[in-house]
Amino acid sequence: MEPLDGNAIAGALYDVYGAEMTTATGRCTVCGAMDQIAELRVYVRAPGMVARCRSCDSVVFVLVEVRGTTHMHDPCFELMP
Amino acid sequence: MAGAALPGRLNWQLGTVTELVVETPRTKSLVLDIPQWRGHRAGQHVDVRLTAEDGYQAQRSYSIASAPEDSHLVLTIERLADGEVSPYLVDVLGPGDELELRGPIGGYFVWEAAADPPLLLLAGGSGVVPFRSMLRHRMAANSNVPMRLVYSSRSLGDVIYRDELLAADHGVDVELVLTREWPEDWSGHRGRIDQKLLRELAWAPDEDPAIYICGPNSFVEVIAAGLVDEGHDPRHIKTERFGPTGN
Repeated sequence: MEPLDGNAIAGALYDVYGAEMTTATGRCTVCGAMDQIAELRVYVRAPGMVARCRSCDSVVFVLVEVRGTTHMHDPCFELMP
Repeated sequence: MAGAALPGRLNWQLGTVTELVVETPRTKSLVLDIPQWRGHRAGQHVDVRLTAEDGYQAQRSYSIASAPEDSHLVLTIERLADGEVSPYLVDVLGPGDELELRGPIGGYFVWEAAADPPLLLLAGGSGVVPFRSMLRHRMAANSNVPMRLVYSSRSLGDVIYRDELLAADHGVDVELVLTREWPEDWSGHRGRIDQKLLRELAWAPDEDPAIYICGPNSFVEVIAAGLVDEGHDPRHIKTERFGPTGN
């Protein structure tokens, strides 16, 4: 499946953070790569929306919408201040 | 609190379709009237949500085609043969119908007319939509920044905003590349954009352009890698990918 990028989940991320997040930088805690969220590899046709690190392909976070609320599970993602 | 905007949330709003413009056989522009629209930046998108009678919802993102200065919000939608949302938007929706959307969304793939660097835009298929917003924004703001749009399309008939793009001047240069079919007398570029054509069409790295690439994933990957190979700074390249096209 062809990936999209972090631009595609800007709306869902807005739900989670209450702010525009595509220009925020996050760190992959597996390989340490730093990327703007817009640059992450994103799969929207998985169950939920899956964001992967561009460098090492680890799943950095998953977004799932349940009854109108978006939840974020971020096993390998550290948002930079 | 019903109907009140919650701070920090992107609220769903209703827009009313005022007009539909046929752009190509597979593409239409929806002109929308949205009473509480708070304005947008060129390059941003909106999420559109459809709800079926049984409550099933489907949601997609669409780039905004109008400039911030335009009076109405315009979305240009390509009908995907197996799409869940686009066939309804292109074939069923009519003037006076309402559409649920939220936005504007996105802060990465945006361009402000106040920016100085020359603007190099590369579009594959309906990836041209956010660039139309930038083009109109540039004109409305009287910007003199040189702008070049390289637009790869399957055929001349698939070129969205054709008349508007071909009429662009005052420092705007539009290069059409037709990949599958071209008229017999076509003197423009043909075939997929390879490294040689990319070198010819993109400005040299020492011009230091701001580069935006929008299209299907494969297009974006090839063009971005090609520009980096040519010596362009990856930090000056912004990309936006969209989902499967009708191919």
